[in-house]
Amino acid sequence: MTTVAHPSEHTTHAGHELPFIRKYIFSTDHKIIGIQFLLMSLVFLFIGGLLAMLIRWQQAYPGSAIPGAAVLPETMAPGGILLPEFYNSLVTMHGTFMVFFAIMPLLVGVFGNFLIPLKIGAPDMAFPRLNMWSFWIAVPAGILMLAGFFVEGGHAAAGWTAYAPLSANPEFSGVYAGQKLWLLSIAILGLSSILGATNYITTVVNLRAPGMTWFRLPLSIWALFITAILVLLAIPILSGAAIMLFFDQTIGTHFFAPAGGGQPLLWQHLFWYFGHPEVYILILPAMGMVSDIIANGSRKPVFGYHSMVYAIIAIAFLGWVVWGHHMFQSGMNPTLGLGFMISTLLIAVPSAIKTFNWMGTMWQGNIRFHVPMLHAISFVAMFVIGGLSGVFMASTPVDIYIHDTYFIVAHIHYVLFGGSLFALFAAITFWYPKMFGRMMNPFWGKVHWLLTFVFFNLTFFPMHSLGVYGHMRRIYDPTQYEFLQPLMGLNKFITVSALLLFASQLIFILNFIGSWFRGAKAPDNPWEDNGLEWTVPSPPPHGNFARVPTVHHGPYEFSAPGVAEDYLPQSSATRIAVPPAEGRRVEP
Amino acid sequence: MQWILPDGASTFAGDIDFLYYVILVITGIAFLVVEVGLVWFAIKYRARPGRRATYTHGSLRAELVWTAIPAVTVVVLGLMSGGVWNHVKGRHSAPAEALPYRVLAKQFEWHVTHPGPDGQLDTPDDFTIRNQLHMPVDRAVVVHLTAEDVIHSFFVPAFRVKQDAVPGMEIPVWFEATKAGRYELACAELCGLGHYRMGAEVMVHAADEFGSWTAAQAAARTQ
Repeated sequence: MTTVAHPSEHTTHAGHELPFIRKYIFSTDHKIIGIQFLLMSLVFLFIGGLLAMLIRWQQAYPGSAIPGAAVLPETMAPGGILLPEFYNSLVTMHGTFMVFFAIMPLLVGVFGNFLIPLKIGAPDMAFPRLNMWSFWIAVPAGILMLAGFFVEGGHAAAGWTAYAPLSANPEFSGVYAGQKLWLLSIAILGLSSILGATNYITTVVNLRAPGMTWFRLPLSIWALFITAILVLLAIPILSGAAIMLFFDQTIGTHFFAPAGGGQPLLWQHLFWYFGHPEVYILILPAMGMVSDIIANGSRKPVFGYHSMVYAIIAIAFLGWVVWGHHMFQSGMNPTLGLGFMISTLLIAVPSAIKTFNWMGTMWQGNIRFHVPMLHAISFVAMFVIGGLSGVFMASTPVDIYIHDTYFIVAHIHYVLFGGSLFALFAAITFWYPKMFGRMMNPFWGKVHWLLTFVFFNLTFFPMHSLGVYGHMRRIYDPTQYEFLQPLMGLNKFITVSALLLFASQLIFILNFIGSWFRGAKAPDNPWEDNGLEWTVPSPPPHGNFARVPTVHHGPYEFSAPGVAEDYLPQSSATRIAVPPAEGRRVEP
Repeated sequence: MQWILPDGASTFAGDIDFLYYVILVITGIAFLVVEVGLVWFAIKYRARPGRRATYTHGSLRAELVWTAIPAVTVVVLGLMSGGVWNHVKGRHSAPAEALPYRVLAKQFEWHVTHPGPDGQLDTPDDFTIRNQLHMPVDRAVVVHLTAEDVIHSFFVPAFRVKQDAVPGMEIPVWFEATKAGRYELACAELCGLGHYRMGAEVMVHAADEFGSWTAAQAAARTQ
């Protein structure tokens, strides 16, 4: 804990002498590492979006040249026309980049790092140097994953789920080094995640400021803490499975190849035993941060704080017993399907608690529609659609029909884009002033929000219809089937919307970069929030707190009686006049 | 936007479609409650000068209500779904008198072994056709599904049938067509570069026509 030894000066955020390379490159400061993760994952988010545009073009105009794609090599798109094998790589890598290199690091790597020490009143992470390693291990993983595009045989093309034997046997896929690089990269990235998770758990358990009891933790921290436990338990399963698949490819083992006595379904069990907790890794931090922001925007305490905590724990627990719902049609014993269906349907219960409690938080509030709040409300509105569409596929008989169709594509995007990414836009715009010391432009923020909200829905809502017609996912050319012909109009509509959705993100990129240099100087507490991070300068100095703060209140004491302002910082010594009449189990 | 399922043509299509519509109505109601509620609250409780939010930490009674309603709903849905699932995919759900077929999926085609005039597999009158499955109407058939190389998925949208074909496993999948005609069979699991064109056709014949077609096929192959 060397960082404690550096009490800050308010005039500069790094008053002590560290060479540039130690301060910004190989930094051990959790805030810098968070920003490093932010920049890296935004780049991957952009690349993932770009791949999606190629996919969409092919779905609407199969076999026609993509404008500008003639620059791609012959092995990908001769004359600008995508090859089917490259299309499969695009589908695979869009999913891979978005899940592993964009959404997951944005939620866990960025906000886990940036928020945990600041919000619990700690000077830094418990293991700052381990933290630095967790970022610098993720970088080569990203480079390896990008390198796959440039090797002979093309990049991995077996889907982001890498189902064996297609992924195990180059003879069947035509992919050689690409799949191996994919597996190595995933295994290396797993190491980075495990280091990060260890750090987060230790930090939350040990470094909370005096008075920061468990039930005074903001829900963002609760969610990141539970997520870190999921990461620590789930990622090793993926790493193990990836290494087994790598051995199948390189040293002739047969874990997943039936020819040598292996079992293809074993890969699916291992992958989804990791993969479903992963889904909650990708949504729980989003839920936590949205809870913080909705309380702030509504100027009201979170409705049912304790049940929000228990719902996070319940979702995390149920996440371990639902993986089979990805495998209803896989050939797994159908009797297992019944158990997995019930456990899956039960997830609707904690999800409903969270949704209605967010609405309850807004009820009788005094709502400020700042940009983070707009994104946070959109998160609730979109996550609900993703949650409800999940009920269709949880019902095993309905899943027979919609499994592996665009209905699933619509569902995952309502959860991961409508859910996680809207929450991330909320979180980035909310904490940007604390990260960079400058405000993002609110006008362009609102324009970006509106365009994203509209084009997101125009892109993904019609995909439900494609699925209802039976449109399979991951097919290079839908015109091959007669029953898909009537859907080509809808496919074109979706593609145009997707292109506009992508274009709208340029506003965000420009606002993000422009505000960094020219944004208005951010005050310490621009949103009038209660969290400890808002009591220190923007950006906070190395070591965060000049003096260790003492916490007197829960995180959401907005509009408390007897307090002049409509917010009450957690470290404020001001007392609340009347204990809440309706409230229960509130820490004094 | 289209929420109506295309016409089904198998005996259990109606059961699956009914469940789909039940879920559509339930989720539709939940969707409206949440979305209308969000918009209503956003307008009604927007910030105005001089207003202050109500200071409350929640209501146990309200939370119990919105815990109990979804819990009961999903359990009922689960029970309804369980019955249909057992009927369609249960281990021993295929009717005993179902006409047997063997389908071998390989990159990127379907090899369909028909039982021939005797209605039995593994007899000399069996015959195999590429990318065509011929079957009688109003009679259950059971397909013994397997794959040669990678995982494929046997998907006949009109029958509401989908089953992965896994190398090293033989999985029975049964269905009974209710209307004669031509239907499309598609591969629904990414299986390599030709996945998108791994289609086939299912021809459902009237009972007498199927008998004569089978006899003719068998005769043509023994010559």
